[in-house]
Amino acid sequence: MSTPMVRAEGVRKHFGRLEVLKGIDLTVERGQVCCLLGPSGSGKSTFLRCINHLEKVDGGRLTVDGELVGYRQQGNKLHELREREVADRRRDIGMVFQRFNLFPHMTAVENVMEAPVKVSGVSRAGAREQAHALLDQVGLGDRGHHYPAELSGGQQQRVAIARALAMKPKLMLFDEPTSALDPELVGDVLDVMRRLAADGMTMVVVTHEIGFAREVGDTAVFMDEGVVVEAGDPRRVLVAPEQERTRAFLSKVL
Amino acid sequence: MAGTTKVPQSSTATDQPPTRELDIVPVRNYARWIAAVASVLALVGLIGSLAKNDNLHWDVVGDHLFADLIFDGLATTLWLTAAAMLLGLALGTLIAVMRLSSSPVLYGLANAFVWVFRGTPLLVQIIFWGYAAALYTYVKIGVPFTDITFFQAETNALLTPAIAALLALGLNEAAYASEIVRAGIQSVDPGQAEAAHSLGMRPALTMRRIVLPQAMRVIIPPMGNETINMLKMTALVSVISAHDLMSNIQDVYAQNYQVIPMLVVASIWYLALVTLLSVPQAWLERRYGRGTTRAAHVSPFRRLLGGAVERLGKNSKEQNR
Repeated sequence: MSTPMVRAEGVRKHFGRLEVLKGIDLTVERGQVCCLLGPSGSGKSTFLRCINHLEKVDGGRLTVDGELVGYRQQGNKLHELREREVADRRRDIGMVFQRFNLFPHMTAVENVMEAPVKVSGVSRAGAREQAHALLDQVGLGDRGHHYPAELSGGQQQRVAIARALAMKPKLMLFDEPTSALDPELVGDVLDVMRRLAADGMTMVVVTHEIGFAREVGDTAVFMDEGVVVEAGDPRRVLVAPEQERTRAFLSKVL
Repeated sequence: MAGTTKVPQSSTATDQPPTRELDIVPVRNYARWIAAVASVLALVGLIGSLAKNDNLHWDVVGDHLFADLIFDGLATTLWLTAAAMLLGLALGTLIAVMRLSSSPVLYGLANAFVWVFRGTPLLVQIIFWGYAAALYTYVKIGVPFTDITFFQAETNALLTPAIAALLALGLNEAAYASEIVRAGIQSVDPGQAEAAHSLGMRPALTMRRIVLPQAMRVIIPPMGNETINMLKMTALVSVISAHDLMSNIQDVYAQNYQVIPMLVVASIWYLALVTLLSVPQAWLERRYGRGTTRAAHVSPFRRLLGGAVERLGKNSKEQNR
């Protein structure tokens, strides 16, 4: 079997005295969709942010495509990478945020073009063409010239997905992508993610959308208080969970 | 018919249901009218007494308004303002970044700088730089505690009044500008930098393309105020005879004793320059307000008249209804 896209072994993280990740073990194979579920404060978003080193890992090993994120191993020591080197490794890990985080001073097309032009050195014309194609793909072909403030939450989130895809990532991270949306706008964003999964994109999704996890996910991971409580086939974990805590959580959200 | 607004399909019949088709009479603010009349009368009286006052000597004002000496002073005031603002902004940005640094040494040094230069009066700083030669007769640059010297000059030759004025104004401005720039950078949502980082943008690129353009929206209005303030504060450097507008005005009235008319000349020029300065400020605010819902769509011309045009337009529109 080839190297997994994401492999976490005993990943630990604390903020001051508060231990938010108490040894996470997790593997995401290529082309798989892994959904992280759990109550707020369970550490699922923190773990997701560790994957592209927006948060530093304090212990354990976390690799993406076989490469350590944020560190270089020499002997049995991990040397922290410089911010420039971390930035270079983040290029092919796309991330979508709960609050969209579009650049408000740029139009939708400019948001999508920014990284290809400034980071990868793609020509402006080429990047513009790609941006229009990606916006078309997320159903916003006619909204390219709008500023984020002129778009609905669902449209902004789809621009954010297009912006992440513009770097041709091998892995996409979603941090509660539909939690800040009006209920009627959730469907459009989930549709885009569903198509992405069908095209074979490897995805790690922190979500409260149980239906999406059950339907699209290859694995469901239930986390609580910094540990993985239960993981496996979503049709088992989310339908007939073995653990009492999983059952209690599902009975509250369903 | 000014004052009343007619609801369409008006009717005088009293047997109609009272909720429809009635004239609405706005509240009459008698106190406001009395205050307006009294204010205008007071202003007319003030202008009248100034016009009749022979001590004002409008002929002296007219003679000196476009004198060569005044233009020389204006030129000095303008370059001093521009140079001090540039020095203040450049140094202020550096200090702002130092204050946001995680290094306690850089943070402490930046804090100490702001503490000293914001905590002492500008007038004291100007005189200090003007008399710096009394503290150090020579300026030497070399390795400390050794005799190795790369550069040496007499302080008085180096610190001309103009250079002393520039240093005093620029360093003082840096202390204030650093606070403005810091507030601007901190006003940008941390999610913006995270989004940029997640796209593989390096820290410097993130600062230049994502954070600073958004910080500018917060930075420009107060920096515009600072520039206007700076233009007027240059008058203080007259105490070290830096040959700015105010210095030259003082030179003239020291000889002809026409203090008030010369101060009127100075006021006219300062007022004119400050008015002109608000044009580029409005332009910059529009430039960096892109994509925000509260982007100011006020043309520089309207800004020049301080919103008077809009008020007139609004009032006449209300009256035409």
